[in-house]
Amino acid sequence: MILPGNASCQGCPISMAMRCLDVIKNPVLVIPAGCSTVIAGLHPKSAMKAPVVHVPFPSTLAVACGLSEAYKKLGVEANVVAWMGDGAADIGFAGLSASAARRDDVITVVVDNEAYMNTGTQASLSTFWKAKTTTSPAGKTEERRNLSLIMLTHKADYVATASVGYIRDLRKKLRKAGEMAGFRFIHIHAPCPPGWRFPSEKTVEVARKAVMSGAWILWEYDGKLRLSKAGEKYALKENRIPLAEYLKQGRFLHLSERDIREIERKIDEDWEFLLRFS
Amino acid sequence: MRAEGNRNGSGVKRLLTSNEAIAEAVKIAKPDVIAAYPITPQSPIVEKLAEMVESGELDASFVRVESEHSAMAVIHGAATAGARVFTATSSHGLAYMFEMCWWIAGSRLPAVMAVATRSIGAPWNIHGDHTDIMSLRDAGWIIGMAESAQEAFDMTLQAFAVSEVVNIPFAVGIDAFTMSHTAEIVEIRNAKLPERRQAYRILPGMEVAVNAVTMGEARMKARYDLAIDLEKSAEVIERTDGEFGSYGGLVEKYRLEDAEYAVVMAGGWCGDAKDAIDMLRDEGVRIGMLRLRFIRPFPEKAVKELPSEVLVVDRANTGIKGILGMETAACGVEVKNVVAGIGGLDVGIDDFYRLFGKFVDGKLEKVEWLI
Repeated sequence: MILPGNASCQGCPISMAMRCLDVIKNPVLVIPAGCSTVIAGLHPKSAMKAPVVHVPFPSTLAVACGLSEAYKKLGVEANVVAWMGDGAADIGFAGLSASAARRDDVITVVVDNEAYMNTGTQASLSTFWKAKTTTSPAGKTEERRNLSLIMLTHKADYVATASVGYIRDLRKKLRKAGEMAGFRFIHIHAPCPPGWRFPSEKTVEVARKAVMSGAWILWEYDGKLRLSKAGEKYALKENRIPLAEYLKQGRFLHLSERDIREIERKIDEDWEFLLRFS
Repeated sequence: MRAEGNRNGSGVKRLLTSNEAIAEAVKIAKPDVIAAYPITPQSPIVEKLAEMVESGELDASFVRVESEHSAMAVIHGAATAGARVFTATSSHGLAYMFEMCWWIAGSRLPAVMAVATRSIGAPWNIHGDHTDIMSLRDAGWIIGMAESAQEAFDMTLQAFAVSEVVNIPFAVGIDAFTMSHTAEIVEIRNAKLPERRQAYRILPGMEVAVNAVTMGEARMKARYDLAIDLEKSAEVIERTDGEFGSYGGLVEKYRLEDAEYAVVMAGGWCGDAKDAIDMLRDEGVRIGMLRLRFIRPFPEKAVKELPSEVLVVDRANTGIKGILGMETAACGVEVKNVVAGIGGLDVGIDDFYRLFGKFVDGKLEKVEWLI
């Protein structure tokens, strides 16, 4: 799906996730501005073995809807995939919500690296509390927004979280989404080596530690909310690794023990909140 | 392109507002995808189309979006897939979709949009002027300005035909309320447009990227090609004029043949101005009007043929000057320029009569605002 020699950084989680798109039949990708724009290739080249429609930030879902409606009208079999980062999800939230509410026949993938990485690591609505970015140099003061839960409350046809640390789980979810119709949403946790400041060979390790510490919860919803096998045991606190293990990243080096305890408390709250929907 | 009807009109006569006339024309054009967000005074166009889709009169997908940005984005996506598309907007709606107007033009996708031309805030004002549609000038759209409901009908059909030949989106302007909500007799001339054609479309299985990041050279070339093709679209507009009402192409020349004085204007208020011209003609004043039916491509040739005394009356300004005044002057023509009718401020036949009289008497300043 994605050619070697593309423009992604070393250890890039987005290119790892892009490779998994091969499980989707007849894909047409819609990609707004972001790291994925660059990875997909600079004109006149393309790194993707599928058609790519590059679009401005907030238009992503509406363009995807237009493609999908037109293919249906013209009798063309296609799986339109709106592929974006957390930045496009922020700026395009109204369009994302409207698309889910309309049940557009579109697969939306948000590769969430928890900041605006392509413009140089500025804080996004997904950025973790206390994480340092170039616009939160002392650490972000607000909570991260839980995008996938918001999409769940739209009662979209399919909503799942996934992680580049659990590729088999991710591929399974993409395949399932690809075989369904309606509005499908997959939120992929994508630890970014330069943005989070960890060595580029540790992307998978950091992604796994996010799940193992309970900081990123793997679940899916297809009418019913279920924890995913790959991460369900971390619902029990005693199965989790110490949170400090996950937080060994440049953006969190300034955290005090009290901060870490506070984050742990927030994570417990997140689990409790999510499981009310199950 | 016409299966029935002809330039003189042999269709059914109906009493329609310009909004309704546009909806009737869109129905005849058979778009595949329509997306729109309501805004006064455009809303009746898409309400009418929604009814047509609901009743089965029109076999189209009607997407109810949450904003004008998404309206333009939906038709951008649908056109990318090869669908015939339509939207309509006004004022703040056009401002909100502005980014996507550049993208659909830069992508060279055929599309048609009706603009019920309305003032842009602040302060709030829902009434007519041309400030909204004039903001499209740099985006790379064909911009037409109708004067009557009949012309709005004919121009909308021509818009689909021209846009799909030149691969440039086409905006049809009608004045807020004085046209959008004012009923006139319209001849519904049936037409069969050619099958949708466009330069490219994106389908599954193609290994191609459209609008990937460019360096200066590719971007500049794309912009140059669009500029050249937008100029060349004048030929297609002129060539197909006879099939869509015979209005004269880029301009309508009204009592200009022996005129010593010329008034340059665009839009619905030209009808009242023509009455004032008739009154002055009755007094023996050799005055006429060059009505700009198109703002893009700009009718430079017709402007250059004007007599030496020229008055441009604008419903939109940039700085202290009127926009059409500047555009006309940029063709090397010496002009007097009056800005009037902003925010729906009424300019009637008597106002035009007095204004044109002052112009003929040589008493107008270089630039004046009719307040």
